[in-house]
Amino acid sequence: MTFSRGILTRAQWQESEAAVTPEAVFRERRALIKALGMGAVGASLPGQVHAGILDLFGDSKPKEFSTQALEYAKASGFVTDEALTPETKVIRHNNFYEFGTGKQDPAANSQGMRVDPWQLTIEGLVDKPLTLGFDDLLRRYPLEERIYRLRCVEAWSMVVPWVGFPLAALLKEARVKSGATHVAFETLFDPEQMPGQKNRLMGGGIHYPYVEGLTLAEAMNELTLMSVGLYGKTLPPQNGAPIRLVVPWKYGFKSIKSIVKIRVLAKQPPTSWNRLVPHEYGFYANVNPQVDHPRWSQASERRIGPGGLFSAERIPTRMFNGYGDYVAELYRGLDLRTHF
Amino acid sequence: MRLTPKQLPWLKALLHLACALPLCWLIFQVMSDNAGGDPVQFIIHYTGKGTLNALAATLCVSPLARWLKWPLLIQCRRLLGLWCFAFGVLHLLAFLSLDLLFAWSMLLSEIVKRPYLVVGASGLLILTALALTSFKAAQRKMGRRWQQLHNWVYLAAMLGPVHYFWSVKSEIIEPSIYLGAFILLLYLRRDRLMRWLSITA
Repeated sequence: MTFSRGILTRAQWQESEAAVTPEAVFRERRALIKALGMGAVGASLPGQVHAGILDLFGDSKPKEFSTQALEYAKASGFVTDEALTPETKVIRHNNFYEFGTGKQDPAANSQGMRVDPWQLTIEGLVDKPLTLGFDDLLRRYPLEERIYRLRCVEAWSMVVPWVGFPLAALLKEARVKSGATHVAFETLFDPEQMPGQKNRLMGGGIHYPYVEGLTLAEAMNELTLMSVGLYGKTLPPQNGAPIRLVVPWKYGFKSIKSIVKIRVLAKQPPTSWNRLVPHEYGFYANVNPQVDHPRWSQASERRIGPGGLFSAERIPTRMFNGYGDYVAELYRGLDLRTHF
Repeated sequence: MRLTPKQLPWLKALLHLACALPLCWLIFQVMSDNAGGDPVQFIIHYTGKGTLNALAATLCVSPLARWLKWPLLIQCRRLLGLWCFAFGVLHLLAFLSLDLLFAWSMLLSEIVKRPYLVVGASGLLILTALALTSFKAAQRKMGRRWQQLHNWVYLAAMLGPVHYFWSVKSEIIEPSIYLGAFILLLYLRRDRLMRWLSITA
């Protein structure tokens, strides 16, 4: 497996996107299946019942957040041969407790979120603190697509085509001071827009705003991406609009969403899940099949792929989610059992 | 008002419907693509809560029969208990088939290794024993031992909510409500419970 900047050599695990079911084909199939299923139900109902029944089962959806097409370089370097998780699953199966703890809550409760205007500040141990507005997020740095595996700490996984730019680009522009060792991130705190922050029952008892952190070396790693898009379009709110972190060799909860603040620090910042349940969620949270979560094995994962309910796959989990070539050196000499 | 023998079949039919409808709703939600992008967790949680709801309903029967002075109501208890067992089996099946994808060895090793699964599996084991001996013939044959065995439902009533409580990440309010409700249901029969415990001990 080789990858060097600028020169692309296809590794064993890489394959062209041609092997992936194109989104359009997938959508068509889905629409067909839907039409068949719902049509059969619908046709059997007398006319005046239609609206009522369909309303009852949520078919008349509330307004949907509108995403926009992005300009970016198509995935070339960081890709994988695994089938992409269809967009409909990526945008409808989310952990974003600010919008509720159920997997479908974020998509249901976030569609009215305002992401433009947005302010992302980069502060702390930097020579040039920055404030990026909404347009900066999409235009200041060249955007590229990267197809990464996403491994959730709950032992399910996806393959997601992100669009974004390396966090390193941002940190380089802000000029990190010597002595800095860590980077802290913070999600928007806006209880008016994020019902989970207002209501403990809905927000799962987390202290908000959600905070996450990386070591500076992790933050500067070429894999670490600031993502502004998904499937070629801007992110929907449930996936962390307008900008989120993607750290593909760590469990999903490290990839903090809807970021408003990045602080460069000289010490390890406290992080939300680590503070709440330290014996279950460590600061590093590197994907590691040898270290189980107290309540489930991490040795394998259920891949949420293109198929139906019974065609999912249980696959072995790889060390660092398969990205060891790029990141293993960051942890040399560190006992990953204690620093999980 | 009293429950008459003539009304009993209707009440039973109504209860069957009340237990079957949520299941139909679940199937419809999944089939019509309204159970989320990946309905696996949804189905597992739904059937798990269905088990707890049916168990709570089962445990409501005798206090309710006494309070309303409707002795006939007791005859609905087996029906609800069997629905509880059915939901429990579906819950386990959903976990095994949709989450573990029939990795049988993993099912066994996980149940042994994870305390919250030990608790859940023990509860389901009790429900299985009760379901298998729920028939009139078994009751006749077992005599006094039948009641002794079926008192184990009180243990299941503790294991279920504890399993739920233990399985969640941080959202503990709903499991706490279940735990409280079951403690109340057991408190209502504290005399009987103490007697059972002193005999068993």
